[in-house]
Amino acid sequence: MSNQNSEPISSSVPSAFLSSFMSSPMSRRTLLKGTMGAAALAALAACGSGSPSTSTGGATAGSKASGTVTFGSNQSDAVPKAAYAAFVKAYEAKSGVTIATNTVDHNTFQENINNYLQGSPDDVFTWFAGYRMRFFAEQGLAGDISDVWKNVSGMSDGFKAASTGTDGKQYFIPFDTYPWAVFYRPSVFKAKGYTVPKTMDDFYTLSTQIKKDGMIPLAFADKDGWPAMGTFDQINLRLNGYDFHISLMAGKESWTDQKVKNVFDAWRKLLEVSQPDSLGRTWQEAAQTLQKNQAATYILGMFVGQQFTAGADQEDLDFFTFPEMDSTIGTDAIEAPIDGFMMSKKPKNEAGAKDFLTYLSTAAAQEVYVKSDPTVIAANSKADTSGYTALQKKAVDFIGNAKHISQFMDRDTRPDFASTVMIPAIQTFIGNPKDVDGLVNSIESQKKTIFAS
Amino acid sequence: MVAIPSIVVIGLIWLPAISSVVLSFTRWNGIGNLSGSDFIGLTNYRNVAANYPPFWPAMTHNLIWLLVMFFIATPAGMFLAVLLDKEIRGSRFYQMALYMPVVLSLALIGFIWQLIFSQQNGLLNAVTGSNIDWFGDQRYNLWAALVATSWRQVGYIMLLYLAGLKAVDHSLREAAAIDGCSESKAFFRVIFPVMRPINIIILVVTFIESLRAFDLVWIINRGRNGLELIATLVTQNVVGEASRIGFGSALATVMLLISSGFIVIYLRVVMKGDR
Repeated sequence: MSNQNSEPISSSVPSAFLSSFMSSPMSRRTLLKGTMGAAALAALAACGSGSPSTSTGGATAGSKASGTVTFGSNQSDAVPKAAYAAFVKAYEAKSGVTIATNTVDHNTFQENINNYLQGSPDDVFTWFAGYRMRFFAEQGLAGDISDVWKNVSGMSDGFKAASTGTDGKQYFIPFDTYPWAVFYRPSVFKAKGYTVPKTMDDFYTLSTQIKKDGMIPLAFADKDGWPAMGTFDQINLRLNGYDFHISLMAGKESWTDQKVKNVFDAWRKLLEVSQPDSLGRTWQEAAQTLQKNQAATYILGMFVGQQFTAGADQEDLDFFTFPEMDSTIGTDAIEAPIDGFMMSKKPKNEAGAKDFLTYLSTAAAQEVYVKSDPTVIAANSKADTSGYTALQKKAVDFIGNAKHISQFMDRDTRPDFASTVMIPAIQTFIGNPKDVDGLVNSIESQKKTIFAS
Repeated sequence: MVAIPSIVVIGLIWLPAISSVVLSFTRWNGIGNLSGSDFIGLTNYRNVAANYPPFWPAMTHNLIWLLVMFFIATPAGMFLAVLLDKEIRGSRFYQMALYMPVVLSLALIGFIWQLIFSQQNGLLNAVTGSNIDWFGDQRYNLWAALVATSWRQVGYIMLLYLAGLKAVDHSLREAAAIDGCSESKAFFRVIFPVMRPINIIILVVTFIESLRAFDLVWIINRGRNGLELIATLVTQNVVGEASRIGFGSALATVMLLISSGFIVIYLRVVMKGDR
């Protein structure tokens, strides 16, 4: 039963949430299993050291790669797992390097990441861009792969920036990404004569119409704690702009600032047209209300498409950017989390690991993967998009035209702040949207203790 | 002969417990060795009490949990045990049916109750015609979780108590009957006092299970939004990327102190009985 990651830490990674009825079947037993899994992983990694891992130390991406590279993957669901196996096979055939893949349940991987990286981690492992990457780089738990980046082509400057640690070195290879936006069904919009709203006023006018037509204007769910973070991000990006958002996430702005209160005030208004009882609903259930035409729109990542059956059903899914709220801010900032790979601090086979990472940055490797999951797109701009669905093609343009790209609240800020402060705070707000002053004061005073360390 | 068990107990129970208490006075993100942690005195405890909104709800919920288990679930389990002890027809079947929830895996239990409590597709709302969001609405979800927990607790207590009842000497009951005791009087005056060791075990089991209640709410919504319990807060802070080890240890220490209180009471009662 893999799901939700996060977690305690929420994860905005979709595949983790594929599983169905329960929000978090995580028990002490699975926890235990998790630690055992980590131990097994460590053992496997240790075995790896015995194999002919020749060129350690001082190796660069240029030197000849050989031997075995261990690869820690959190893609435990069948479809992405098979896709990972496919590009691994392609790489092995091309390079002569053997890849030993250790697949760990998605949640378990995230929950144990601290122990995993301090034990004997695999040479290359899956992770996320943004603060979550920089944090481990700062702790010295990730390997510097700046020299790999010299051979990388087809990656935009934005992706490079998202792969760069606070010390200016690169620690991350972007692999795939997907946008957060407002999703809707074009067939419904066409049948009812709705037009895509450009501004928030348009959206509220449209909402009144949708209500009259007997549908829920905006599907909404936050049982898992993390999906509503996306709504906060969108409103904050539209009201206060990208720079303020990122600086707020970094703990540099005060949550008691009027600007933040404005976000919650605007959100309270949005809640009036949102699906009620959201705290007992998973995002999958909310996505199904969109799929069944009970709700007209839904703010989520593109993985919402996983709840639609492939083919005609999935083709009848489109999105628009979150409407403009302030014309001086505009809508050029969007949210698009990037998933990818990192190298551990002391890989057993550094040359091999770097060669493998170089391969992972290429369009060829990413094409194999995105074909298996039509709700993500390749990070490399050279990737062949001819096989993309209409939704994937739109996502490419959407991300390509964005001026600023944020990751997601739980990737842009400290994980402890996101999970132990913001999840309860946002759920409190949804339960009682009136007491904004009390809420922001509480967030700010907790933030001070967390960001102090 | 006592040396080896003592070493095991000290090494596996006391050392971790003590180090958790020590950690609760520090700030540590779980990375690097312990020397990287800063000693910050009582700050974690101050933050737990005054600067962590889920803490007091969690304390309240644990208390409600304890009261419901103590006054409803445990007595119900004992009552069922007394009934089943009467060798009624199909006693085996009832025992099995009532004990079943204890055997089922937690994932399955979560699923079963999801089928019943789900707002849109749940049995309860379908039968009663209500539209209550049982697991999502703060006004109801603790009670929904308590119903599910009681369902397990009743079977557990029933089995423990039934085992005790079977061991009671039959001649005691006969003597009581000959002396003209009514059945309920015989139970409360004769059987119940004789069962003292079992009663104490059940009391302790009830207390400890209520204090460390965790799995069911974790399955429902990871112990958030009206289902906060101390144990889930500890997990949220210590496990995973959050890694507020010091802060989480402070929460764990609070839990340790409360349970030690009950253990001390238990030991005093037991020792007094032996004298």
